[in-house]
Amino acid sequence: MTLTPIRPATPAETPVPRRARRRALGRQDGVAHLFMAPWLVGLVAITLIPMLASLYLSFTDYNILSAPTFVGAENYERMLDDSRFWASARVTLVYVLVSVPLQLAFALGLALVLDKGLRGLPVYRSAYYLPSLLGTSVAVAVLWRQIFGHDGLVNQALGFFGIEGTNWLQNPSTALSTLIVLNVWTFGSPMVIFLAGLRQLPEELYEAARVDGASVVRQFASITVPLLTPIIFFNLILQTIGSFQAFTQAHVVSGGTGGPVDSTLFYTLYIYQQAFVNFDMGYASALAWVLLGVIAVITAGHFLLSRYWVFYGDSDD
Amino acid sequence: MTDLAAPPTTTPSPAGPHVESASATRARRRGEIVRHTGLILFGLLMLYPLIWMAVSAFKPSHLVLTDPGLIPTELTLDNFRAGWRVAGYPFVVFFGNSLVLAVSCIVGNLVSCSLTAYALARMNFRARKLYFGIVLVSVMLPMHATLIPQYIVFSELDMVNTFVPLVLPKFLATDAFFVFLMIQFIRGIPRELDQAAWLDGAGPFRVFWHVILPLMRPALVTTTIFTFIWTWNDFFGQLIYLTEAPVYTVPVALNALVDSQSAQGTGTLMAMSVLSLVPILCFFAFAQKHLIRGISTTGLK
Repeated sequence: MTLTPIRPATPAETPVPRRARRRALGRQDGVAHLFMAPWLVGLVAITLIPMLASLYLSFTDYNILSAPTFVGAENYERMLDDSRFWASARVTLVYVLVSVPLQLAFALGLALVLDKGLRGLPVYRSAYYLPSLLGTSVAVAVLWRQIFGHDGLVNQALGFFGIEGTNWLQNPSTALSTLIVLNVWTFGSPMVIFLAGLRQLPEELYEAARVDGASVVRQFASITVPLLTPIIFFNLILQTIGSFQAFTQAHVVSGGTGGPVDSTLFYTLYIYQQAFVNFDMGYASALAWVLLGVIAVITAGHFLLSRYWVFYGDSDD
Repeated sequence: MTDLAAPPTTTPSPAGPHVESASATRARRRGEIVRHTGLILFGLLMLYPLIWMAVSAFKPSHLVLTDPGLIPTELTLDNFRAGWRVAGYPFVVFFGNSLVLAVSCIVGNLVSCSLTAYALARMNFRARKLYFGIVLVSVMLPMHATLIPQYIVFSELDMVNTFVPLVLPKFLATDAFFVFLMIQFIRGIPRELDQAAWLDGAGPFRVFWHVILPLMRPALVTTTIFTFIWTWNDFFGQLIYLTEAPVYTVPVALNALVDSQSAQGTGTLMAMSVLSLVPILCFFAFAQKHLIRGISTTGLK
């Protein structure tokens, strides 16, 4: 799997004297583990054991105060009848399925406009990137509350055109879309990645295409898009995983409730409520494992499907 | 939407003569103007909320919601005064907390990730491939999978409301993204350099310290920048572990302000929000080039 499609291959190695080579190439099990001691401790103590513990807890009833009691698959069965679980799953899926493609479309579109010898590129790039930098902060979520509030900026702008706005955040049918707008607004970071990718596309191909009389649209469809698929794929994976775990915006905008009527109840917000408001640690662990499973399945699915649409060329994979 | 016609200075049209006709030049210039106008208008639309927030912070509260314009008729610092104390503590305390937390996380990530990455990139040992695979997978691992048991252990150890639960994982290289970034970077450093040091009899730690570490400075800078931004923006972890006002960080304090004063002025909220973003904006201004390069090569957000 290639997580950095943009990086050049490592330079070829040159031969070195045999003694040094033997030392350098000899096994270094002891030293290596010494260097990696922090990571190894972290892997076991901070990642693996807690993961297994969380899996175990997901089969228990546990409220922190008394010892966990084993209840079998009860927590998982409970999800099936839990309307808030389904609400949060639906909200999160809509959020991911709508905002990620839109965000990537904006990112790619603007990267294409900004590419190709545009004057002032660094200024535009920084300006468009700024929302990505700030987008996950509490401050911007607070800002969003104001913008989409009843007297907010959006309604003032609509009022200017004589349109009566709604209270976007109090209305269950519009609350989620404000958060989708927020996520799309942060298209700057995938855009920067697209820009770096576009710069690596070989100009000769475009020249050859022009000689053959290919139109701009044809060049885009036959050269730009295929050569860019590894980067589209990379951004897709990154943004999908990130969006599944979005939390801050929903928490701040809804005051931690996920309301109105659970319309902004992101899955992670529901986990938070079960674990740290209700202290229902067993159920929360089960919810977390379902999230882990869904992300694993979707990521694996992306990798499997990538075989049919991602084009890695014949260079270095 | 895209203008794929290359600038004539670099690629002259292969078929025609190298000099463009006057009408073609004019058409191209018109295209450029349209493109710049579009980009500027779109950029203003994108940044309008942020600019509005900055302006609102200095407007008297009663004008914030009634006057949507960007040029304030009255300027005041009242909003900052009104929002300065949250839960009985001045905001500067929360800034201090956020700063201490961010610096500790940066140190943790730099030390632990570089050591791990060096071993994985340069040393020859059993299970190297396996470990590398684990690093890759953990890049994608959601924190929720480990969150609850971690919280239980830290609260058993009476460490809730300390920075330990937020900092300790950084010293144990759990931010796999940075390990991966550094591995990739070290692999790009020519091997002759460390082999020369080997020849001179340097041990693995000296090679790491005197050869690799100085050469991987760009990767370390990238790690520093992103650790700072992520820690400064992080909310979930800090919300869970920091529940008492004296240890609040900026995002948690801001959230408390929203809860306690939603009736109070929008101006106050905007003022404190703006203030909370200032360190990130400063970082962005100074480290912009590194930041953009960092995202371009690694895809960090």
